[in-house]
Amino acid sequence: MSPKARLALLAAILAVTLAGSVGYVWNVRRDQAATLAAAPAVSAGGDLGAMRSQPHLVFRSTALGQGYGQVAVVPLSAPAGPRAFTSASCERVYATAADAICLSADRGLVTTYKAQLLDTAWAPMRDLPLTGLPSRARLSRDGSLAATTTFVFGDSYANPGQFSTRTVVTRTDGEVVGDIEKFELVVDGKVITAADKNLWGVTFLDDDRFYATAASGGKTWLVDGNLSQRRVTSVRGDVECPSLSPDLTRVAFKKHGDLPAGKWRLAVYDLRNGRETVLAETRSVDDQVEWLDDATVIYGLPREDQTSASSDVWAVPADGTGEPKVLVSDAWSPAVVR
Amino acid sequence: MYVTLRDRPGSDEPGGAGRTVKRVSSTVVLLGVVSLLTDVSSEMVASVLPLYLTAAVGLSPVAYGFLDGMYQGVSAFLRIAGGYAGDRGGQPKWVAVLGYGASALSRIAMLVATGFAAITAVVTVDRLGKGLRTAPRDALIAEASDPKMLGRAFGVHRTLDTIGAAIGPLVAFALLAAVPGSYDSIWVVSFAFAVIGVAVLVLFVPNLRTAAGTARIGLRRAFRAVAGRSLRRPLLAAGVLGLLTVGDGFLYLALQERDDFAAVYFPLLYVGTNLVYLALAVPMGRLADRVGRARVLVAGHGALLAAYLLGALPTGGLGLTLAVLALLGVFYAATDGVLPALISRLVPDEARGSGIAAAQTVVALARFASSVVFGLLWSLQGPAWSLLLFAGLLLLAVPGVAWLLRGIDSTEVNA
Repeated sequence: MSPKARLALLAAILAVTLAGSVGYVWNVRRDQAATLAAAPAVSAGGDLGAMRSQPHLVFRSTALGQGYGQVAVVPLSAPAGPRAFTSASCERVYATAADAICLSADRGLVTTYKAQLLDTAWAPMRDLPLTGLPSRARLSRDGSLAATTTFVFGDSYANPGQFSTRTVVTRTDGEVVGDIEKFELVVDGKVITAADKNLWGVTFLDDDRFYATAASGGKTWLVDGNLSQRRVTSVRGDVECPSLSPDLTRVAFKKHGDLPAGKWRLAVYDLRNGRETVLAETRSVDDQVEWLDDATVIYGLPREDQTSASSDVWAVPADGTGEPKVLVSDAWSPAVVR
Repeated sequence: MYVTLRDRPGSDEPGGAGRTVKRVSSTVVLLGVVSLLTDVSSEMVASVLPLYLTAAVGLSPVAYGFLDGMYQGVSAFLRIAGGYAGDRGGQPKWVAVLGYGASALSRIAMLVATGFAAITAVVTVDRLGKGLRTAPRDALIAEASDPKMLGRAFGVHRTLDTIGAAIGPLVAFALLAAVPGSYDSIWVVSFAFAVIGVAVLVLFVPNLRTAAGTARIGLRRAFRAVAGRSLRRPLLAAGVLGLLTVGDGFLYLALQERDDFAAVYFPLLYVGTNLVYLALAVPMGRLADRVGRARVLVAGHGALLAAYLLGALPTGGLGLTLAVLALLGVFYAATDGVLPALISRLVPDEARGSGIAAAQTVVALARFASSVVFGLLWSLQGPAWSLLLFAGLLLLAVPGVAWLLRGIDSTEVNA
């Protein structure tokens, strides 16, 4: 081939790839605009104030179109019905009757994340300290304590299963209680000093006691902790992301067992008799579950068809019976407010 | 940018008696452009992959990290295969085309890959392509370059390569801003960059025959060239130094534990290192050509040693963090391109790809072992203790390696 022919061929390839990729992106952009313009896939409506005055579910709406990523509310009496949108936009949200915690992302070259406390009108009251990629957020029952877990990315190279989290507990008046990873970790009576210990997934019992996950050396435990004594003690192995039932008797969690890396089953541990029940949900769930009531747990699952970055909130009985059902479609990060 | 790729005219070689203009061969620049385009393509994907897996596929970062480690090992072995295949056929260009092509195809496969297994399979193909192409490409660079300016030639290539790696994430995030959540757009544009890279390689890089027209090199011959006396000491040296080279991820982790700046900008720390690398790759290559490649290679580990010591200090701060990033950049600039430049003059021409591949594989495997050991020490004893231990060992190893490599800069194989 002559140099001229080569140049011509390169020019042709450049033209084709350029036209192809620009055309593709332009097409996606047009489609997105069209989707946005089309009617929302979920029915919106209802009076936000009226919904808040009864038991309700607060969640991140993931229905494409207007309101994507915004926090929405449905009454527990009609979870599949119209949702009322709030003004807040969060990647992850948790709420009590008194306040809400909102983890949000500013996507960009460096994606930065914020944790904010919202008041009952969904307006930001206070920024909470946060470093890394937010993963879990919980408030204590009366809304006075907030816990956030973030991934400060670990070194994945040659380091299977290793990562680094930070879990910070803050009083909602702004006082930082501390990074609970610095608390003393006691497993089977021995203090663990290993530098690779991580703690995450806090669920509060009262104003001082909480449960959480502790991990070190590839093992995880359910731990029982005290903010005042700055100590956490192991209760049971292979428990991640615990969530305490409303009657405080059971903990729902994700269990790794002998599943492949990155897969979990949902289970419930009874604190009264130490009995463990595996739930009827057979798909892998990577979420800190929430209790709908004392008999049902709810959790977010990404859609299996990959058409959109959407997800649904599912419900399954907490006693191992029944089968999972969609509670709210196009939703994520549910919080039950009674 | 282009200005920095050439040397200053009227060069600094007084005894050069009428030699041609001192500048890097057009083949090297073309290979650099191929690497730049390919790196734009691969870094676009790499920079959004954690976000894609966690946000769109719904996976925790842990699961991805697990597999990433395994594939690095596979890639290292394929590298030797690529080096040998290039030597054996005497046509390293086409082996490189195969490697670049496989990576390009893996981009478009992302469009149809759904689920964790499929995505990791696609990522693996990309890694394998990278393993396959590296050694034959470096053999081509060596073949196309004046032996006296090998360091500079590799420096120019690595500079272009790193520029691509810096542009990639920018393109990816610009795209995500234009079409939010459309990861498919990223795969398509990334594919386009990769295709143009392969086109430049196929159409414009000359198919330099490494073996001077003579018989094809047999496996035994290649093995003898690689395991022979001439490479024994440099390979041993590369292995020892590699064993004491902690993955930079660990250093970044150590920094973020004591410095909030490093924690917030954790994903960008490697950019700081790359910027320094970018700025110094050519100067370090030139320095290596002048004072000796082995010398610069060994001295580069002095910068690494300093980075360990600063990383082990109990308190941090912005200045210290930036200093560690700069030292890491110096380390990479003094070693990454300098090693193949050193090796390629120590083996016969017909085994050049195999020799370079052997050295790079020794380094990769040694670093892998080092990361495993260091990770273990880290979890048992914490970062500061582990870094100090590695610094101490490196302090002993550097003079030893310098002794091992004495006089090697003047050794050359006459093909």
